Amino acid sequence: MRFLFRRLTFYIVAAFAAITLNFFIPRMMVGDPVQLMFAQFQGRLDPRAMESLKETFGFVQGPLLQQYITYLTNLFQGNFGLSVSSFPVPVIELIGPSLAWTVRLIGFSTILAFIIGTILGVFAAWRRGGGIDNIFLPIASVVGAFPFFWIAMVVLYLFGLVWKWFPIGHAYDVSMQVDWGNPTFLSSVVQHSLMPLCTIIITAIGGWMLGMRNNMIGVLSQDYVTMAQAKGLSDRRVMLVYAARNAILPSLTGFAMSLGFVVGGALVVELVFAYPGMGYTLLRAVQGRDYPLMQAVFLVITLAVLAANFAADIMYVLLDPRAR
Amino acid sequence: MGQEKQIRMTTALEPAKTTRSEPRLALPGWMRTILGNRKATIGLLILLMFLLVAIFAPVIAPGEPNKMVGRPHERPSAEHIFGTSRQGQDIFTQIVQGTRSSLIVGFGTGTIIIFLCIIIGVTSGFVGGVVDEVLSLITNVFLILPGLPLIIVVAGWVEQPGPATVMLVLSLTSWAFGARVLRSQTLVLRNSDFVAAARTSGEPTWRIVLFEILPNMTSLVASSWIGAVIFVILTEATLSFVGLGNPNAVTWGTTLYWAQNNQALLTGAWWTFVPPGVCIALIGFALTMINYGIDEITNPRLTVEKSEKE
Repeated sequence: MRFLFRRLTFYIVAAFAAITLNFFIPRMMVGDPVQLMFAQFQGRLDPRAMESLKETFGFVQGPLLQQYITYLTNLFQGNFGLSVSSFPVPVIELIGPSLAWTVRLIGFSTILAFIIGTILGVFAAWRRGGGIDNIFLPIASVVGAFPFFWIAMVVLYLFGLVWKWFPIGHAYDVSMQVDWGNPTFLSSVVQHSLMPLCTIIITAIGGWMLGMRNNMIGVLSQDYVTMAQAKGLSDRRVMLVYAARNAILPSLTGFAMSLGFVVGGALVVELVFAYPGMGYTLLRAVQGRDYPLMQAVFLVITLAVLAANFAADIMYVLLDPRAR
Repeated sequence: MGQEKQIRMTTALEPAKTTRSEPRLALPGWMRTILGNRKATIGLLILLMFLLVAIFAPVIAPGEPNKMVGRPHERPSAEHIFGTSRQGQDIFTQIVQGTRSSLIVGFGTGTIIIFLCIIIGVTSGFVGGVVDEVLSLITNVFLILPGLPLIIVVAGWVEQPGPATVMLVLSLTSWAFGARVLRSQTLVLRNSDFVAAARTSGEPTWRIVLFEILPNMTSLVASSWIGAVIFVILTEATLSFVGLGNPNAVTWGTTLYWAQNNQALLTGAWWTFVPPGVCIALIGFALTMINYGIDEITNPRLTVEKSEKE
């Protein structure tokens, strides 16, 4: 419990750091951010939108501290401001649906990639120099070298355009009504998500596998594994209960570093497939210079990553009695 | 674990002692170790090829890379070996000349990042106490914040990010991983006997750090540096791809950006996006191979011994 409490404290600090960065990034720019922001919208921006922009970012009169407090108050009231590109829709309303799509897509594919990668890593280490080691490891290194979004482009080109196996773009057939009880709608959602899903799994699997393989190799040389084998326990039991359970712990600790990377890649994958998630929204916001939306998307992504890490910590506690 | 590392390090020091008596052999010995590893050799050869292309770019593919030299979306032919873009630009010229900027941004930023890593990581590990706690906290926060969205948001505020801005943003956001790795190695070394000996013999701190600790982390620094270069090359391409670079610059990422924006996929112009992707991957693959090589040389447990297999 103390472990979880300590981690939670850290995540709160990290969240606060992200919120503060979010406040300072516009102010670190050369020149006046208000001027910059307004100059880019010259003539195209509703005066009311300018007012709300000012308000959201705390660009009020007064010293920096006062601006910071205004900004924090707005944030805690759930006031992320109004979107500039689709004024006057509150940013939060634009984020809601896209967050749901992203959590489903990236959440599902990351968990699948973690499980498949870890299992492959266990077998690769168990039979070092064997089939999995010799086939998957080189493939993983080659795939890992390509930019994620490029793999997405190739998948889209081959499976979507040349062979036409899957529909391209969007999360479901846009001619349909959103109705989760309707099996036709559900199958449309599944069909649309298969290409991005597989792309994220293909790109993320290698890292987990390599990490797990190297952890396993370390654990397999431990005395207790030799002892377990000497006792005549079955290979399966030694491999899974003795070695893998211990080897997975560093993987869960490494989750933090890898997750940020995987999510970053997955967001760009969304752009390639025009999948209406957070990544697509973020990049549209950047291209349309929709600053309130951009800042809010960054915050929400960060908070989601922190939450996922906390989930990994809970898993860690469940697997490692020492942390309890 | 720590003890094992210690033992490895002392054994690794022995050949160094013998070469020290014959300083002229030091460099070839170091080269021979790397070239004795198959993975590292393959990586170095590919890297060398790209370096030559970068140096001789104006000779290999002369001409203005953004000039219209053919019809739009021409297939690869003898005249345009990688075909042409929607604007009728020669893709081969863009790739060859893009090699230079991609390598400069990659290795330049990677070097800045590794300096930040050394300064922050070694200080944190060596000084300890409150300094360590504060630096570790900052490092961990930067580690957990999703890097690419942060970079995108920062770059989004700059109206037209040039290479210098991109380099700056990437260095400020990407040092955390290396800093953490170097910090833990510094911790191990700080508590080792030879550092204790240097301390008792009255060596000043800067000397201990520069001449006792850093030389013993050379392989770790090298692999962190290579890791940073890979990361920067991939991220720079991603930034250009999403339109946060200068669209008129010639980099592999910009070629991909135009391929995406000009519907190259829909029109089937695969030659506009395959070459830049393959180049990025080849560089990444080469650097990863060098890193695996360094790993195998310094951590023999990762390679399969032939006797063990039989």
